[in-house]
Amino acid sequence: MAYKIIASSCTGCSACEPECPNQAIFEKNGTFLIKPEKCTECIGHFDEPQCVAACPVDKTVIIDTAYPRYSA
Amino acid sequence: MSCATESGNCGSPAGQSDLSPEIWEKVKNHPCYSEEAHHHFARMHVAVAPACNLQCNYCNRTYDCSNESRPGVVSQKLSPEQAVKKVLAVAEKIPELSVLGIAGPGDALANPQKTFATFRMLQEAAPDIKLCLSTNGLALPEYVDEIVKYNIDHVTITINMVDPEVGEKIYPWIFHEHRRIRGHEAAKILTERQMRGLEMLTDRGVLVKINSVLIPGVNDRHLVEVNRAVKERGAFLHNIMPLISEPEHGTFFGLTGQRGPSAQELKTVQDECLGGANLMRHCRQCRADAVGLLNEDRSAEFEEVDEMQPIYDFEKRRAYQEKVDRERLAQLAAKEKAKELAIRENALDLKVLVAVATEGGGRINQHFGHANEFQIYEVSSISGKIATSFAGHRRVDLYCQGGWGEEEKLPSVISAINDCHAVLVAKIGACPREELRNAGIEPIDQFAHAFIEEGLIGWLSDYRTRVESGRIEHRPRGDASIRQGAYIAA
Repeated sequence: MAYKIIASSCTGCSACEPECPNQAIFEKNGTFLIKPEKCTECIGHFDEPQCVAACPVDKTVIIDTAYPRYSA
Repeated sequence: MSCATESGNCGSPAGQSDLSPEIWEKVKNHPCYSEEAHHHFARMHVAVAPACNLQCNYCNRTYDCSNESRPGVVSQKLSPEQAVKKVLAVAEKIPELSVLGIAGPGDALANPQKTFATFRMLQEAAPDIKLCLSTNGLALPEYVDEIVKYNIDHVTITINMVDPEVGEKIYPWIFHEHRRIRGHEAAKILTERQMRGLEMLTDRGVLVKINSVLIPGVNDRHLVEVNRAVKERGAFLHNIMPLISEPEHGTFFGLTGQRGPSAQELKTVQDECLGGANLMRHCRQCRADAVGLLNEDRSAEFEEVDEMQPIYDFEKRRAYQEKVDRERLAQLAAKEKAKELAIRENALDLKVLVAVATEGGGRINQHFGHANEFQIYEVSSISGKIATSFAGHRRVDLYCQGGWGEEEKLPSVISAINDCHAVLVAKIGACPREELRNAGIEPIDQFAHAFIEEGLIGWLSDYRTRVESGRIEHRPRGDASIRQGAYIAA
């Protein structure tokens, strides 16, 4: 699986962008998006997904069940 | 550990006489660090730093950081290139501009690339503009070298506690070393890093101002301890600000009914800290893209950043600063002369607050109805000598709009200055004059266009005489309210 950002609750603050170990996060029209093919859920990098931990708005970065679980 | 008070006397931030020459040189044109300078010089913030690395219970991240902006406002986000262009455009139109700060809308040091890129470019384009930044201190120890490298000689750290027990009621979480940390552990890491960062900065000679948000029932009893801790570590100024917690801003404190302090409660805590680190009482809690003198926000004039083609005129700026230097000398002389004239043996001892309407320049030069804030001074006569000190400012709703006063606005103006015995103005209409008198506040226009201190001393001298002769009775005043809501261009 990958994480995704709910655009309607993203404040565009950019806190997540530099934290991503895979450079999977980018800005579009003032809010941020995650490229699912690049997202590794931070497995192998950190104990918790960095975008989720850094985001100031609860439930804005959530798991996207449309993608299979990442395996390293 | 070094302490600024040992080397150069911290004294009062109000004037030159109390400071060492090198510190005076650093603060004399900085409206946020010198109360005296804030009548003459302007600051601007550029919102290049949107990210934050922790959560405060008085902040809702849909809006700007509440430490450095008033809660509930959103700033225009800029790239470093746009920010530099905007600063140059403002400097061209507003020669008073002396300071550029990065204060968010998140945390300056949670966005280090954008913050330092802005400083680097601006230093090349406009080397006479002072740089400053604000931070919650969590990332500070990592960036002290860089702060020194870019000649940033003013840093503000928001410190609301020095005890994690208090801290866990203010900060639900921090993001640190790739982990979201909560509760007691989070507050402990934060306070350790804030104290370390403060020590590192003062060791390197950077002037540090501490901002604290006064939260009744949470840290009101604790801020004296904060004041002591930051003074020990060499902080130059301590700015205690009222919590603003309107429910509609959606902050945790706002939604859970945590109230802010009254004017009297704020002043009580500020007065308890006397003798500790110097207090700043003229903070406007301006928004992260504010532009102008502290009592104004002209940011709306400078929104079309990409259209701007600024020309930076050193000569024009220098001429303005020289004019201000002359005015300040005249102001000081006028104050000394008024003090001299007011000396009288065996006079009654008095201590009162007085409100002043000013548009800047250190003079009583604003119409009562045009004031969107009043400057509050404490004026005292002790053993026959009159002294004045700045006590803060009170924001009000403009009384006069479109040429005539609006009667329903007057009660709110009165409640904002209800602890004052008089209000000094350039001019005032018959109707508000009468209402103020009925409320027990003397409306005074006889010092129109005089320097503020001349008016204050002249008025108290006259008041003292009237009380002594029995023509009037001296009565204590009540409390005043602090106006909530965002401060934006009127």
